[in-house]
Amino acid sequence: MNFDIALLLAQDGITNGAIYALLALALVLAFAVTRVIFIPQGEFVAYGALTLVAVQAGRLPGTVWLLLVAGGLVSLIEVVRAIRTRSVRALRSVLPWNLAYPLAAWAVLANVPLQSLPMALQIGLALAVVVPLGPMIYRLAFQPLAEASVLILLIVSVAVHVVMVGLGLLVFGAEGARTPAFSEGTIELGTLSASAQSLWVIACSLALIVLLYLAFERTVYGKALRATAVNRLGARLMGIPTEFAGRLSFFLCALIGALSGILIAPITTIYYDTGFSIGLKGFVGAIIGGLSSYPIAALGALLVGLLESYSSFWASAYKEVIVFTLIIPVLLVRSLRAHRVEEEE
Amino acid sequence: MRPSRILLVFLLLLGVAPFVLPEFWITLANYIGLYALVALGLVLLTGVGGLTSFGQAAFVGLGAYTTAVLTTSTLSGVPALAGSPWLALIAGLLLTLLVAALLGSLTLRLSGHYLPLGTIAWGMSLALMFGTSETLGGYTGLTGIPPISVFGHTLESGRQIYVLIWVFLMAGVVTTLNLLDSREGRAIRALKGGMVMAESMGVNTSASRMVAFVLAALMAAASGWLYAHMQRFVNPTPFSLPMGIEYLFMAVIGGAGHVWGALLGAFVITVSKTWLQDILPQIVGQAGNFEVIVFGVLMIVILQRAPDGLWPALTRRLPVRVPRRVVRPEVPPLAKRPVPPTGEMLLEVDKVTRRFGGLVAVSEMSLAVRAGEIVALIGPNGAGKSTMFNLVSGVLDPTSGAVRFRGRPVGGRPSREIALMGLSRTFQHVRLLAQMSVLDNVAIGAHRREYPGLLAGVLTGAWRLDRSEEARLLAEAARQIERVGLADHMFETAGSLPLGKQRILEIARALCSDPCLLLLDEPAAGLRYLEKRALAELLRKLKGEGLSILLVEHDMDFVMGLVDRITVMDFGQKIAEGLPDQIQRDPRVLEAYLGGVAETDAA
Repeated sequence: MNFDIALLLAQDGITNGAIYALLALALVLAFAVTRVIFIPQGEFVAYGALTLVAVQAGRLPGTVWLLLVAGGLVSLIEVVRAIRTRSVRALRSVLPWNLAYPLAAWAVLANVPLQSLPMALQIGLALAVVVPLGPMIYRLAFQPLAEASVLILLIVSVAVHVVMVGLGLLVFGAEGARTPAFSEGTIELGTLSASAQSLWVIACSLALIVLLYLAFERTVYGKALRATAVNRLGARLMGIPTEFAGRLSFFLCALIGALSGILIAPITTIYYDTGFSIGLKGFVGAIIGGLSSYPIAALGALLVGLLESYSSFWASAYKEVIVFTLIIPVLLVRSLRAHRVEEEE
Repeated sequence: MRPSRILLVFLLLLGVAPFVLPEFWITLANYIGLYALVALGLVLLTGVGGLTSFGQAAFVGLGAYTTAVLTTSTLSGVPALAGSPWLALIAGLLLTLLVAALLGSLTLRLSGHYLPLGTIAWGMSLALMFGTSETLGGYTGLTGIPPISVFGHTLESGRQIYVLIWVFLMAGVVTTLNLLDSREGRAIRALKGGMVMAESMGVNTSASRMVAFVLAALMAAASGWLYAHMQRFVNPTPFSLPMGIEYLFMAVIGGAGHVWGALLGAFVITVSKTWLQDILPQIVGQAGNFEVIVFGVLMIVILQRAPDGLWPALTRRLPVRVPRRVVRPEVPPLAKRPVPPTGEMLLEVDKVTRRFGGLVAVSEMSLAVRAGEIVALIGPNGAGKSTMFNLVSGVLDPTSGAVRFRGRPVGGRPSREIALMGLSRTFQHVRLLAQMSVLDNVAIGAHRREYPGLLAGVLTGAWRLDRSEEARLLAEAARQIERVGLADHMFETAGSLPLGKQRILEIARALCSDPCLLLLDEPAAGLRYLEKRALAELLRKLKGEGLSILLVEHDMDFVMGLVDRITVMDFGQKIAEGLPDQIQRDPRVLEAYLGGVAETDAA
């Protein structure tokens, strides 16, 4: 390996690592707020990318149907609950988002000349379809189990993953696809040349991380999420409903996932089931951070990206094995530090 | 009807099946048996032990590939064991044992979700390894695996191997049922929701988790061995992560807390999969694994609506009477440790300080309990009593100073070792296994009495060689239950008792470990007047029988007529120490603690 190749691999590693870092942050967030280990994170990556592919091809993306069905189910559950408890007030905030919004999204996507829209709008539409699925999934699968143990939530999480992969095959088919780059060409920085898309990925990831940081530090919603992560009961007593915090964190996870998918879709071919292994690499990063530290999780994810990139050069057949095996020394270190027996929540 | 009758009927049906069922159903039954064996391991791990693994398929693969390589020998230098798949079975089990022990030792000391995450990574890695390794045949796999021979019979057809598969499964079921009904099985059943309690009763919970994990892995490997010799070829697909997830679905849908739930789950998933794979592609108009959508949704609904799975729903409709456990009081009692002579120094707390960051919760506290005494540690809320209690029972380590029990330092030891030294405790918020009977709960206290060691305990428990020992444990538990006056409730579930009786049950459990000092954490909290009186009566009786007691309380009335000496804490410091009469008159105590009461009395 010479210096140029090493640089090229580093560029690849950092680009992928930036995506893994985003996903790792979302996973830490979801776990802190809801105690859900969010395995379906990767599916949002695939859904985001493939929805954009459909939009750019001028087809009505299948995720619209999922949005309609998921929103319809949420509405149904809430209406039944409203009838049982004889209180219709809750419906005022539920129905617009779960019934009216999906119908509106459907109407817009079915009637707009998708293919001829500027790319930014296409991306916006793809996000508008995929991201609301996050809070809906929280409502359907996780909210009824908010008090369950981490283990049960993890099993549900895996079940949601399985369902989403199955539905992904149903609505997108088995074909893989790529999207055109945000901007073509390469950029020369001295002797180093970087593809424009890589720079897009890195810049967007950094921007998103900064935005998240600001949102958490400065906005009321961010503070509410942080409070819930520190102490769920305490936050509830202070008037922050657990369900709201859960939906909000799933909204952010879905946003980060879908955006990650859109960012890498020009670099790598995405299939309906590609998301899982991408999400898992974010996981390895999150586990390096002990599922609790944002900066260490992000750095860990970057490390995963670099490791993957260099091992694809030396032992390409085994690169996935090497990446997933990275988890073992991490667990070893954590295990040696573990001291007391504690009760599982 | 007794469960043994139903089992007999079931076994008869199993025996008749190969003579009457058509080929299609035999094949299906073989798969159900193979899957159920894996799901059985997950019942032990998930439903009983409160852990889980998504990587069981990888262990199945380990068993299958080991036998495939050894019996066909594509590796140079390894002689083919073509005639003896049985040797390959042993090799596969040993290899699995090794891998599971390694993986377990990495994750089992961490909180419960690291194990399943570790198994996802491990499941992905191993399946990828199978696929990429040339010696393992890559994605096409290995062919030419010989059939198994039993006593000269070669098991070539599905009908022949059916017998072996179901013999293996039934052996697994019986072993698991036996194990759960033994000393180590009780420890495994305590893992779900009772780890802190189990540790303080002397159970090494990491080791118990390891036992459950390794056993689950071994069952999976055995299933893989059978699979390889049934199919006569192996490729990586059936050992990949999606299959690992499906195994977990079987266990949870069948009823993860019930051994027979594994069979039910394997049956439901396998049969409905065959059916769904036929109809779903026609409905949606394209080919693909759409049945997983149905299973996933079913899984979510079951966990939300009926987390115990389908098995309890089924048994509720069957006229089954579960026979009550038999206690045999005539068996020779367990050995007891010698009672320390009255007046011997038992517990010595020497200038102990504990800081939490800048907060000094306990400062320079000293305290002594001698054999034959009841000592109370009292103080108003927030005085640092609970911190003191945790320092003594090994839940917290002191920042400085020393805690000695019978002359040996306690600080820094895990609570299970402290329990072994003869110091047994109860909890302020009762920690019982609500679904288990009073008898079983109390028997956990005897976990380390005449302890044969973990491995011996598991092996004798699994093969029913521990019956005389188990009878003595249960007799001891029953004796302690009678001693505290709960004999009428012995076979009820612990969760059905009122709080006062639950606290007394905790005392019986602590007594079952044959302690010389009993540590009681606010035993009177939340009790009604009559319950308090009964509790005080019991403690007096125990003292009369030579037991020493340290109790932490803030209920003055309860303490005053009962104890020999009192130590009073406030703001983390000792403010008084002496006989109950002296304490009641001590001005500092009156000011710090009884001040409000005295004023009310005056008014």
